[in-house]
Amino acid sequence: MKISFTLNGKPISRDVAPDKRLIDFLREDLGLIGTKEGCGKGECGSCTVLMDGEAVCSCLLLCAQVQGRHITTIEGVQSGNELHPVQQAFIETGAVQCGFCTPGFVMSSAALLEKNPEPNEDEIRRAVAGNLCRCTGYSKIVKGIRIAGKRMREKS
Amino acid sequence: MRIKQNKLKSHPKNRRVDGVGKVTGKAVFAADQMPGHLLYGAVKRAHVPHAKVLHIRTDEARKCKGVHAVLTANDIPGAHGFGIIVPHQRVLADDKVRFYGDGLALVAAETPEQAQFAAEQINVELEELPAVFSPEEALVSDAPLVHENSNLLFEHTVHHGEGETPDTAINLLHTYRTQHIEHSYLEPEAVVAWPAEHGGVVIKGSVQNLFSTRRSVAAVLDFPLAKVQIIQATLGGSFGGKDEVMTLLSCRAALLALATNRPVKMVNSREESFIESYKRHPYKLSYRLGADKDGYLKSIQADFIADGGAYASTSQFVTWRSAVQAAGPYRVPWVRARVRAAFTNNNYTGAMRGFGSPQVNFAIESLMDELAEETQLSPLEIRRRNAYRDGDTTPTGQKLPGKVTLIEALENVARESDFEKKWAQYRANKKSPVKRGIGLACSYRGVSLGAEGTDAAGTLVAIQTDGSVIVASGITDMGQGSQTALSVIVAEEFAISLSHIKFLNTDTDRVPDSGPTVASRGTIMGGNAAYDACITLKNRLFHLAAQLYGGNVDDFHLKDSALWRGNKRVIDFGELADKAFAHAVPLMAVGWFKAPKTTWHEEHGQGTAYFAFVYGANAAEVEVDTETGQVRVLDVWACHEVGKIVSYPQACGQVYGGVVMGQGYGLFEEYHQEQGIPQLRNFDEYTLATALDAPQIHLSFLEHPDSLSLIGAKSLGEPATEICAPAIVNAIFNATGRRIRELPASLERVLLGKQLRRKNQRTSLTKEQP
Ligand code: FES
Ligand code: FES
Repeated sequence: MKISFTLNGKPISRDVAPDKRLIDFLREDLGLIGTKEGCGKGECGSCTVLMDGEAVCSCLLLCAQVQGRHITTIEGVQSGNELHPVQQAFIETGAVQCGFCTPGFVMSSAALLEKNPEPNEDEIRRAVAGNLCRCTGYSKIVKGIRIAGKRMREKS
Repeated sequence: MRIKQNKLKSHPKNRRVDGVGKVTGKAVFAADQMPGHLLYGAVKRAHVPHAKVLHIRTDEARKCKGVHAVLTANDIPGAHGFGIIVPHQRVLADDKVRFYGDGLALVAAETPEQAQFAAEQINVELEELPAVFSPEEALVSDAPLVHENSNLLFEHTVHHGEGETPDTAINLLHTYRTQHIEHSYLEPEAVVAWPAEHGGVVIKGSVQNLFSTRRSVAAVLDFPLAKVQIIQATLGGSFGGKDEVMTLLSCRAALLALATNRPVKMVNSREESFIESYKRHPYKLSYRLGADKDGYLKSIQADFIADGGAYASTSQFVTWRSAVQAAGPYRVPWVRARVRAAFTNNNYTGAMRGFGSPQVNFAIESLMDELAEETQLSPLEIRRRNAYRDGDTTPTGQKLPGKVTLIEALENVARESDFEKKWAQYRANKKSPVKRGIGLACSYRGVSLGAEGTDAAGTLVAIQTDGSVIVASGITDMGQGSQTALSVIVAEEFAISLSHIKFLNTDTDRVPDSGPTVASRGTIMGGNAAYDACITLKNRLFHLAAQLYGGNVDDFHLKDSALWRGNKRVIDFGELADKAFAHAVPLMAVGWFKAPKTTWHEEHGQGTAYFAFVYGANAAEVEVDTETGQVRVLDVWACHEVGKIVSYPQACGQVYGGVVMGQGYGLFEEYHQEQGIPQLRNFDEYTLATALDAPQIHLSFLEHPDSLSLIGAKSLGEPATEICAPAIVNAIFNATGRRIRELPASLERVLLGKQLRRKNQRTSLTKEQP
């Protein structure tokens, strides 16, 4: 089946088995390895990508479901060489340890800040409650998101 | 002549050297490797806990589409088994299946689906055997044997103080139990193996202890060590968990790669990871405590039994630490400790962050609170009366070296959390259904391996001719930030910016065997080795400087990316490096650090177990809904003595992550097996704390640089996780008056005092039963 959608701002059209999971299509067919598989069951959030701006688990989506949609992966959140404010803040606050969960957290946070530029602590924690991290205890991730939000507000 | 040590500043802004790669998704984890002509491996697993292997038929599987190889134990050229202590864990089961996750055969095919399908077509004939699932039952004389000999895996004793149990005014007898814990690194195990260009094999994967894995792979393939190269991919967490299970994957992928002459990738799904990987040991801990009426400890008798599961793994060492630290960080004149580990047909158990201490910390810290209750003293006061102080002697007869900072840590968290006041106030609240509570726990911990084994490590430092530096170590970074910590040490020594340092992932072909990265030894061992290499190189550079610019070697020092003589800037560090190259001065050095001597006498359980100790304390404040049993952890105060902080953000990260992992141990996590069959296999059932559960964490560090460590640093990763659970359980008691002696403190245990889920008691099939 031919599917066409927008990936990281560019149109893409490919022949692909409609029941192929989006995560496999991204990682194996396109080499976009930044999206990680931690559970394959919608529980850990490592595979989070944005579909029309919403954070979704790419391990639960089939290619047929992204027809005509806008998909953004971790490879597409930067603008040019400039890191997304969440990425920048994660580095600064020490929100990254092993880094396996990090792309997923970046995507969930980016989706949150897009919709709610001034989230309070509880809103932040709720927005990333579907992302598991075994290393950091979440404190620095939450702090990073808050800082990124502040910077984005100042910029706009 | 003395080379001046640059002052380690532990800059608060030291960022991870691997940060950008990780936030952008460019970091290449093991499963991200996509070489050309790749084949995929799959495993046929036993899915029974104990059975004789009668026959394995592979002809159907061989005929399947895309299949390139199907292998069984018969195809292994060298040793069939491996293991750090006893080499009896089979790469593929040959004689018997000993637990549910054992593998029987391997397939390599062109797609993961084809490999999986073919593996399902493998026909195995097994004869199920009577099995044993509890360590107590395993040690009964007619219990089914897991291996050829006794089910007793190991036994340690510690004997301190003469005579019989002293008579005491207070005697407490309590038994505590802990559960199996899954490491739950977010990255499931993965590896790619390929035949090496000039013979041998190359393996790149999420391997924690590359050198022990290499030994096993070489033995299995019957290759010399030099023909097996193991490269560490960026690791997505380990917590002690990517050791034997990665050896297993490495051996299997290597066998398939050599059989097919193609690169072979093996990636565990989360479900496969759950059933195949080893866990943290569940313990049953029975204590008899004697104290005088003022709460001063007089005697402790401790009898622990640990479930080692199907294989020995590191159980011998894990239980040794439990034995050494059985009486907690307290002065006790009379101690008898016995720790046994038994083989069962459960998942095997091995190293996990804490390594034999979280179980003991939970029990002894609960017990101290029970003593506080008995004597009507506060938990802080009971600890003040008994805690180790400078110059005290441990039950193994070791005088505590250096400064003993236990009281300092305790007083710190008590003060910061306003412990005494809250504790008294919450205790008095009998009315509202939602109750608050606050709890305390503390620990001491022997640094690094101690008398467990050879303790030395190497780090390689190579200055480039422009003054940038490449660092590589035998210590692996699994996410904890060793690469950053070691880079910081090198940057400080050469007075250059962290951005001029490149750290290489560990590769057995290029760095010296540095033992395993376990026991919170990364920074202390790898860091001291890095420091040693820097000193060697600085010595060479200063010699050259004395030749070129006159004066003595010790007139020179490095500051602000330059060489200085007194307060005069002589030359830029990069130019100096270039000059050194022109003068044929070797710019590469291997630093080596050997831990100070430790001793152990197994028969008496006496010795200098560790060369240094660290101390820590936690306070936890909880809110308990007594109508639902739900416990929320609101705040945790953590204070740890760390010797010297090398990299502040990484140190904080260890504590934040450690506390939340400890919270999971206390409240949520249990890898539950029923008759050897795993009952939960993914994160929908095995609950990790999320951002909504994690408490606010308030941390402080005490720094007392250790004289035996050149850089002053000691350990942190494990102390950070071992005392949160008991602090929480003690807080639940403060809130509700209910003492929970079995982890996790789940809703039912908090509400009803017992667990509802388990359908039948954990019993073993006896020989009589079919
Ligand atoms: S891999 Fe998709 S949620 Fe875990
Ligand atoms: S940084 Fe390791 S899982 Fe989040």
